[in-house]
Amino acid sequence: MPELAIQTENLTRTFGDFTAVDNITFEVKQGEIFGFLGANGAGKTTAMRMLTGLLTPSSGKALVSGKDVYSEAEAIKKNIGYMSQKFSLYDDLTSEENIRFYGGIYGIPDKELGKKIDEVIESVGLGDVRKQLVRSLPLGWKQKLAFSISILHNPKIVFLDEPTGGVDPVTRRQFWEKIYEVSDQGITVFVTTHYMDEAEYCDRISIMVDGRMDAIGTPKELKQNMNADSIEDVFIQLARSAERGDE
Amino acid sequence: MRTIKFLLRKEFLQIFRNRAMLPILFVMPIIQLLVLSFAATYELKEVDFALIDMDQSHLSRELTAKFQASGYFKLELETFDPSEAQESMNAGNVKMILRIPPDFENNLSSGKQADLQLIIDAVDGSTAGLIQSYSSSILNDLNASKLAELNIETPSPQIQQAKTINVIPQNWYNPDLDYITYMVPGILVVLVSMIGVFLSGMNIVREYEIGTIEQLNVTPIQKYQFMIGKLLPFWVIGMFDLLIGLALARFGFQIPFLGSLTTILVVAGIYLIVLQSLGLLISTLTHTQQQAMFIAWFIMVIFILMGGLFTPIESMPQWAQNLTLANPIAYFIKIMRMVLLKGAGWKEIQFMVYALAAMGSGLLLISINRYKKTTS
Amino acid sequence: MNSFAGFVIKEFKQIYRDKRTLTVLFGMPIIMLVLFGFAIRNEVTNAQIGILDLSKDEVTRTLIQKLEASSSFQIQAYLESYEEVEGLFRQGNIKEVVVFESDFKEKLIRDNKADIQIITDATDPNLANLVQSYTSNIIRDYVKELNETGEVQKAGLNPQVRMMYNPELRSVNLFVPGLIAVILMLISALMTSISITREKELGNMEILLVSPLKPYHIIIGKVLPYLVLSVVNVVTILVLARFVFQVPFQGSYFLFFTEAILFILTALALGVFISSAANNQQTAMMVSLAGLLLPTVLLSGFIFPVDSMPVPLQIVSHAIPAKWFLIIVRSIMLKGSEFILIWKETAILAGITFFFIALSLKNFKVRLQ
Repeated sequence: MPELAIQTENLTRTFGDFTAVDNITFEVKQGEIFGFLGANGAGKTTAMRMLTGLLTPSSGKALVSGKDVYSEAEAIKKNIGYMSQKFSLYDDLTSEENIRFYGGIYGIPDKELGKKIDEVIESVGLGDVRKQLVRSLPLGWKQKLAFSISILHNPKIVFLDEPTGGVDPVTRRQFWEKIYEVSDQGITVFVTTHYMDEAEYCDRISIMVDGRMDAIGTPKELKQNMNADSIEDVFIQLARSAERGDE
Repeated sequence: MRTIKFLLRKEFLQIFRNRAMLPILFVMPIIQLLVLSFAATYELKEVDFALIDMDQSHLSRELTAKFQASGYFKLELETFDPSEAQESMNAGNVKMILRIPPDFENNLSSGKQADLQLIIDAVDGSTAGLIQSYSSSILNDLNASKLAELNIETPSPQIQQAKTINVIPQNWYNPDLDYITYMVPGILVVLVSMIGVFLSGMNIVREYEIGTIEQLNVTPIQKYQFMIGKLLPFWVIGMFDLLIGLALARFGFQIPFLGSLTTILVVAGIYLIVLQSLGLLISTLTHTQQQAMFIAWFIMVIFILMGGLFTPIESMPQWAQNLTLANPIAYFIKIMRMVLLKGAGWKEIQFMVYALAAMGSGLLLISINRYKKTTS
Repeated sequence: MNSFAGFVIKEFKQIYRDKRTLTVLFGMPIIMLVLFGFAIRNEVTNAQIGILDLSKDEVTRTLIQKLEASSSFQIQAYLESYEEVEGLFRQGNIKEVVVFESDFKEKLIRDNKADIQIITDATDPNLANLVQSYTSNIIRDYVKELNETGEVQKAGLNPQVRMMYNPELRSVNLFVPGLIAVILMLISALMTSISITREKELGNMEILLVSPLKPYHIIIGKVLPYLVLSVVNVVTILVLARFVFQVPFQGSYFLFFTEAILFILTALALGVFISSAANNQQTAMMVSLAGLLLPTVLLSGFIFPVDSMPVPLQIVSHAIPAKWFLIIVRSIMLKGSEFILIWKETAILAGITFFFIALSLKNFKVRLQ
């Protein structure tokens, strides 16, 4: 079903007798901006790693872009983008070199590559520093660069793991503008965050507590259901019943 | 294929940009080669000795002079007090005490047995053995000439009847008993091995520790492409270092090069892969550089020690010699020596090369198998 | 003081939990001791030799039997002609060919002398020397026997050789003190330098520096666990050496341990110094290995005697702490020396230690970036 970017059914992951992700079932429509919320330790990153083919589930089903995470993990990787918490850029390469590397890895032909590099440099504003090592760039720029690289190959879905961690509100806002741009192009955005205000920017959100998905829907729906003024309130209500603390 | 190209480009950029690593990769092996080759020798250069001459005769003085004239022995202390000499040896100032009792000359001239004592510092058994050996030579020479003199002066049937067997030593391949010739090929092997084991493996572990490995695992890069990307650059560097080392050996140290360079290079190529695979395997066992380095070091030390570089494999007990069958370093050192110093060819080394190739394939396969892009 | 104690405890815990490294840290000395005790040595056992007997008479047979009976040799090949020697050597396993000339017995009876050629594969000069001298000894003993059966008086020089400190010429006695030095360098210098640069690399160093801990607290805290580990290792090696390998211990234990602790401090100071100069673990590791461990193994007199090295290298070896420690430890263990005989070396070690501590402190003050 090309309409659904992600489909899971009772997706579970255990580590020994610890259940990190507990039977979550949900769908993400193609083209949506889906916010994956939860406290630290709630299981967000583990769930994301299962969807990106980094971790095999213990049980349950999951389809990403219609492909099975158990048997088609490598095929999934061709069509998704990923931006990890640590941004994972190579510190000792320049922005240009990072873009060229990832572009090439994802199969962008040489002819296009040069153009793409210029585009990204331009859009992130790295024109003056394109030949500087990434190590020397401020956090905000690294973040934007990492994001641009994650969508370089026009993936159908892009997974963002706490992409705005540690940057100021202005930069965060700019980043979300970029996410909107990308979403307008039809790319599904799956983003985890623990900034509750960012939840409002999403089409739909889910909240994980203790490995379970305790709420899912549009921000408006959730607020109505829980009789809350803000997502933060929703979250606090749900979190009160949580047992797990920080990861 | 294209993917590998991009991987290689990234790796080479990172390697050459790492200012601190560059000297280690290129300069360090050369320095080590130079230092090691000169240091690794058991040759006797100078033996300081103490003399207790209770005889003070022509003969005793002639004996002492012969020792000094040999070029190996240097008189450090002359005393009549044995405990002073002993103290000197305890303090490490002399390695031998030559003690000539009274009546030394008299005994010899009257055709009797002339005793003398050699007390040798045997902390280093090897050196002590050599000291004894050289002393024996000197004494034998003196003995022979003195006995001949005696025979002419007072011919005696007893002395005439003494039988001797002449031992004629011949040293092949290395007639000067030059240590450098022996050590350099082995040292080259060790240096190249260090690069092979440590760098590729450490590199992968480093990506784990920093976190960039996740970004790679989420891409469509295939396992074998990733491995080649990690192995190839350091393989090239290792071979390059080996070539420089060989050039130094040939033109600097004047090591004989009886065999074929091509053979050496082909075997070296295989050998490097064996060691890199080992490093690779280690990288799949641990995710911190510290641990990886330690495990690698542990294994390397054992392989080097048992590899016949410092002490001969022939000196080892049977069980240890059997263990060397699994030691790639031992194989390559042996091949290097056989090819360079004795001119051995494919016929003589083929089984060892097969063994190396088998080791390499085995290790590589296990490593590739163990490496998982998706954790289960 | 509390934060310091907390820090030290964390360090201990981290090391204790790292089972893999711990196994290596304890396993390595033991394995090396086993290797050096049993396998790594310069004595010759079962060296493979070939015999070319051009005479094939009673005398040669007797001699050949004596060679066979010796534990040093294993007769692997009986050659028929001189031409075979080269091929045999090239195959790689035969170390020596003993050639008896023709009419050996007759020549010995008639002329009172006969020739034996000892052809050695001298690619390994040390082995060649050893094998040759063992063979010569056997022949010499035989000649002595021969001459004793007649009524020949033993005329001539008769040297009596006495080997001091290590009468059986056991390599293990030489190596064990060196092994202690190498292991200590490994643990104290290498591990320490990696441990500290690890904090730097992972970004924790800044956190530590900002805490109430003073810089020297951090250093001491990092170093303390390795000090303890080192001492444990020294004791282990010593116990094994004494009781399993019968390495002699003539001197004072107190003096030994004092010197050992001094050397541990030297190694720790070096480790700290390297970490003050290196930015990441890989660099620290390579510098420690190449700049510290390798020279220690090669230039300190551990395996190869310092006196045998060319003069420039002998001078360089003066800068290697292990060289002085080796002299000290061998003196104490094998010669039973007292402090008065080793005060010079001790002073030098102490000097080196202070020098590197001072350098490290300077580096750390400068490098708070």
